[in-house]
Amino acid sequence: MSVAKQIMWNRLISIVEEQAQALVRTAFSTSVREAGDLSAGVYDAEGKMLAQAVTGTPGHVNAMADAVPHFMREIGVETMREGDVYITNDPWMGTGHLHDITVVTPAFHKGQRVGFFACTAHVVDIGGRGFGADGNSLYEEGFQIPIMRFADRGEVDMTLVRLLRTNTREPDQLIGDIYALAACNEIGQRRLSEMLSEYETPDLAEISDFILTASRRATLERIAALPRATAKASMQIDGYAKPIDLACEVTVEAGRITCDWTGTSGMDPKGINVPIVYTKAYACYALKCAIAPDIPNNSASLEPFEITAPGGTIVNATRPAPVALRHVIGHLIPDTVFGALDQILPATVPAEGAGALCNFQVSLRPTRPGGRRSEVLTFNSGGAGARPGLDGLNATAFPSGVMTMPVEATEHAGPVIIWRKELRPDSGGAGQHRGGLGQFMEVGAREGHEFDFSAMFDRVDHPARGRHGAADGAPTEVRLSTGEKMRGKGKFKVEEGTRVLLAFPGGGGYGNPQRRDRKAVLSDLRLGYISPQRAEADYGLTPSEIAEALR
Amino acid sequence: MASKTIRAGADIGGTFTDVVLEVGGATYSTKVLTTYSAPEDAIIDGLQQVCAKAGIAMSEIGQLIHGTTLATNALIERRGAKTAFITTEGFRDVIEMRTESRFEQYDLNLVLPLPLIPRDRRFTLKERVDAGGNILIALNEAEIEALVEKLREFDSIAVGFLHSYLNPAHERLVRERLEAALPGVSISLSADVSPQMREYERFNTTCANAYVKPMMEAYLGRLRDRLAAAGAPCPIFLMHSGGGIMSLENAAQFPVRLVESGPAGGAIYAADVARRHGLSRVLSFDMGGTTAKICLIRDGAPKTARVFEVARSYRFKKGSGMPISIPVIDMVEIGAGGGSLAHIDSLGQIRVGPESAGSEPGPACYMRGGEKPAVTDADLILGRLDPTNFAGGSIALDPALSAGALETLVAERDDFDVTTAAFGVSEVVDENMANAARVHAVENGEDLADYTMIAFGGAAPLHAGRLCEKLGINRLIVPPGAGVGSAIGFLRAPYSFEATRSVYMRLDRYDEAAAREIFAALRDEARGFVLNCDAGATVLADHKLYMRYVGQGWEIPVALTADEAAHPTAETLKALFEAEYASLFGRTVAGLTIEITVWAVNATTPQAEVTPTAAAARHAPAQEDGRRRLFSPSQNAEVEAPVVARAALSDGLRVTGPAIVTEAETTIIVPAGYAATGRADGCIDVEKLS
Repeated sequence: MSVAKQIMWNRLISIVEEQAQALVRTAFSTSVREAGDLSAGVYDAEGKMLAQAVTGTPGHVNAMADAVPHFMREIGVETMREGDVYITNDPWMGTGHLHDITVVTPAFHKGQRVGFFACTAHVVDIGGRGFGADGNSLYEEGFQIPIMRFADRGEVDMTLVRLLRTNTREPDQLIGDIYALAACNEIGQRRLSEMLSEYETPDLAEISDFILTASRRATLERIAALPRATAKASMQIDGYAKPIDLACEVTVEAGRITCDWTGTSGMDPKGINVPIVYTKAYACYALKCAIAPDIPNNSASLEPFEITAPGGTIVNATRPAPVALRHVIGHLIPDTVFGALDQILPATVPAEGAGALCNFQVSLRPTRPGGRRSEVLTFNSGGAGARPGLDGLNATAFPSGVMTMPVEATEHAGPVIIWRKELRPDSGGAGQHRGGLGQFMEVGAREGHEFDFSAMFDRVDHPARGRHGAADGAPTEVRLSTGEKMRGKGKFKVEEGTRVLLAFPGGGGYGNPQRRDRKAVLSDLRLGYISPQRAEADYGLTPSEIAEALR
Repeated sequence: MASKTIRAGADIGGTFTDVVLEVGGATYSTKVLTTYSAPEDAIIDGLQQVCAKAGIAMSEIGQLIHGTTLATNALIERRGAKTAFITTEGFRDVIEMRTESRFEQYDLNLVLPLPLIPRDRRFTLKERVDAGGNILIALNEAEIEALVEKLREFDSIAVGFLHSYLNPAHERLVRERLEAALPGVSISLSADVSPQMREYERFNTTCANAYVKPMMEAYLGRLRDRLAAAGAPCPIFLMHSGGGIMSLENAAQFPVRLVESGPAGGAIYAADVARRHGLSRVLSFDMGGTTAKICLIRDGAPKTARVFEVARSYRFKKGSGMPISIPVIDMVEIGAGGGSLAHIDSLGQIRVGPESAGSEPGPACYMRGGEKPAVTDADLILGRLDPTNFAGGSIALDPALSAGALETLVAERDDFDVTTAAFGVSEVVDENMANAARVHAVENGEDLADYTMIAFGGAAPLHAGRLCEKLGINRLIVPPGAGVGSAIGFLRAPYSFEATRSVYMRLDRYDEAAAREIFAALRDEARGFVLNCDAGATVLADHKLYMRYVGQGWEIPVALTADEAAHPTAETLKALFEAEYASLFGRTVAGLTIEITVWAVNATTPQAEVTPTAAAARHAPAQEDGRRRLFSPSQNAEVEAPVVARAALSDGLRVTGPAIVTEAETTIIVPAGYAATGRADGCIDVEKLS
């Protein structure tokens, strides 16, 4: 009966949530345990995704939806046994770069293979050049793990473990994370088996059909309610050495929405290319946010969103293109999609925002005996774009779903010192609704250390654009404390005693600034979100109003 | 003449203030409406009532144990002091930037909760301590002096510097200077309030403490004076969120520790029942009008945690509140209660809560204008409630209005009738609670199959049986006095205080002498708090380490015996950690180093003695009080179920499910396949028939 099916659907969602929590609890990399750069999901026997943990980030989640069929093909379903654990970091079959490890475990119930659990996490190091933009091909970016068995009927492949340990900079963290990935799938599989016993159901076939049918129907209803229309948008961004144009055309049809990326720039020689899985993940995410935010993610609810891109464009990079920083470009995909959607669905989508996470990795080395080498990765966010009825979120990740790491935790991870991490006034684009503020950061090393700084930033030359008469957000700035201006992407050396000064971008505003509520402007001024200068220049406050507000 | 054996408990809740008095073995209780403008009035009123019932004078009360939601409500409703926050230069916005993430991924119009202290009330000082506790930039006292002028307008000041949990010198210096310059101002230091790594949680906890401190200090002072004026100059103790009792003076210093003290009392109450019945694994389940709380109780003690979230702003969603890192009884609270409202979502699925009908208008059947179906409406349609005898007959219920409200669900689903809709609502809310319990159990590495449930709160006994079926739990106990469970729990709580410190120590560079010193210092601190409550008390100390593999971010608690804590060798600690890790996550990770991150000593007086409840002397069927139609979920059908008055279920008398046990405060539903037996201590013991 349908009440039981609904309960089982909810249960599956709660099982994958448990799976994700187990991963956070046992993971080693700060990217997983503090920042939640992970995802977890359950699949039916045919490899269709039924549910995914809400903990997790869209790039992983939607990409992982496609991963399981690759494993079924490469491993061969007939050879799958209880206790097996499969692994890959293939960017095209996993989630877009070598730093994401995807682990798939076949789920058995009473001896029958009934489905799969999959999870992905971002590890801090996978060898090669280290995490950064500078690779010229995939081979430079790290150790490649083809789709293979990590454990065969419970027996871990120690040859693979030894190879990984030998080829990476933080072997304990990497191996620890892989064990954590395997453990969380194991917990999912235990719960699934319990559920099937409780409901005296032999497998997932019936419930799968129920979930997918209901989700497909609900998604199609949403699409049917939209105006049939086509719209194009494009957005230029920094790229590595030369600017990149992202261009898409969104078309709403009777039973589907297509989003095609013809017109987008070709591949870049450096590691910022995006495998199509990741493009699909973020384009789908943008469409779902705007059209069907409350329908749970699964293969049927994603199906009506068809994402295409010509091979050889930067959003459909071909092997062996370098892809380590695919997220920097990938995170800007939703802003491009929103540019088109805004023409089809008025007053629905936000203005452009910081988009890409403002991540950097520091590789620290002692300058004299007694120090320690260390890899420290941090995730940070600029400002989000203003919404049709609301200001943009300050220093909050969008579209990514990860968290920042606590500064105190980061400083325990290696001899790094974060001297500053706070909001950046005047960085939100002026508008009737103001763009979210970016943030300032300042990074140095503890005494006796120097470091390489791997920058992974965009929006240096191409700030987030305001919508409907609003101003742009402030651009990214990267400088050294010596005054030298640095590039937004790539690795550079920082001498002992020198700091890196970072200003992360703000979001674009929405609507004419002159129409901003006076009280909101005064409040921004009082809180220091805007300076007296901007209050006067952007919003027309008089000097006496300003003095009054700051009194 | 005040007597130590005459004790009173008072729990200030959102609607009612519950007061309980114990005289010898007898318990007297009353519920009075909470008096928001002067909460102490309700306590005095309640105490006078129970004293009259017991036939004693107010002056005979030996002590009052008090718990309250006042601090929690002040945080939720943002009714605290005008508070400033002083922090490290460069980190003014930590409490505003939170985790830089969105707790709901797909909502483009997400609104984040505002920081407790707005940006223009946050000030910075140039200073810096590193992750080793070394001072990188010394605090310049002239800068503090310069800040004083800006601070004159504030009633309360929070201070939080980076890594102060390792080296509090700068925070202490600020306090010293501000106390001298601004006499009478209330000051809270992060190194005192919550000395834990992770700045967002620590700063936020400190700000929360500062925010409620002037108000709670004033209230507690008034309570003491009013009580004395009313002829009861007895000592007052406060229930804290960790499940122990602290002195009034400590509570006034650290009022953030009072947050969720009411529910903590409920957990203590359940723990006491657990010990009476010799149960080592218990799931306590408290379900009221708007929320349900679930807590794990092992070996007679509720599970504790070091962080929880208060004031969730977005459908009780994790991440939408503010984190408070203090020792707390680890509970999950979800928006599931008798008043929770049901609707059909865009996928045609029934959803229940967290929106609640509250007491006004209440569920549709209350006849106060509620039109949406609530869980109580479903319970009524399914035969679980008697429309003529709800709340002892004080509130009449109209099943026709319930059916009408449920029709709104039927209208959207062609495969439903009213009964199916009611069953669906009930199943969904039960499944929501079961899921919360399951996730909570997993987070704690527990398997619920060998647990016993203890249910209290008005709505819990209606749903507990089904919850047991869903969780595979074979035994359910419904104790007496469930309506004032928290206040009774206060009287069972020990005096206790947990002192914690973040000191990182790897086992491969382990310093046993230093370890002994840390434990000794924590023991002294924690014992001091307890002796402050009762100078002559016997004080026990529980030692706990939070440990992990080097490189992990989340620790697991590892308990040490007194002997192990006295001689904490690296080998012992390694063995203890590995055993605990393997039981939680299946296997240990070979070849990695282990580290300690947090050290904790909980000083406590011995738990109250319990009298074990003797096994029932006989087994005989109880007197039936008629029959009525009841929907039986496991049979998926309506059945004619016997109705038995709780009073008729005296020691050893039983009724076999499906059955209904009625009392003034609530109704116990006994599922098919289970039998309910009365016990000597007044509990109803519901067990699965084998």
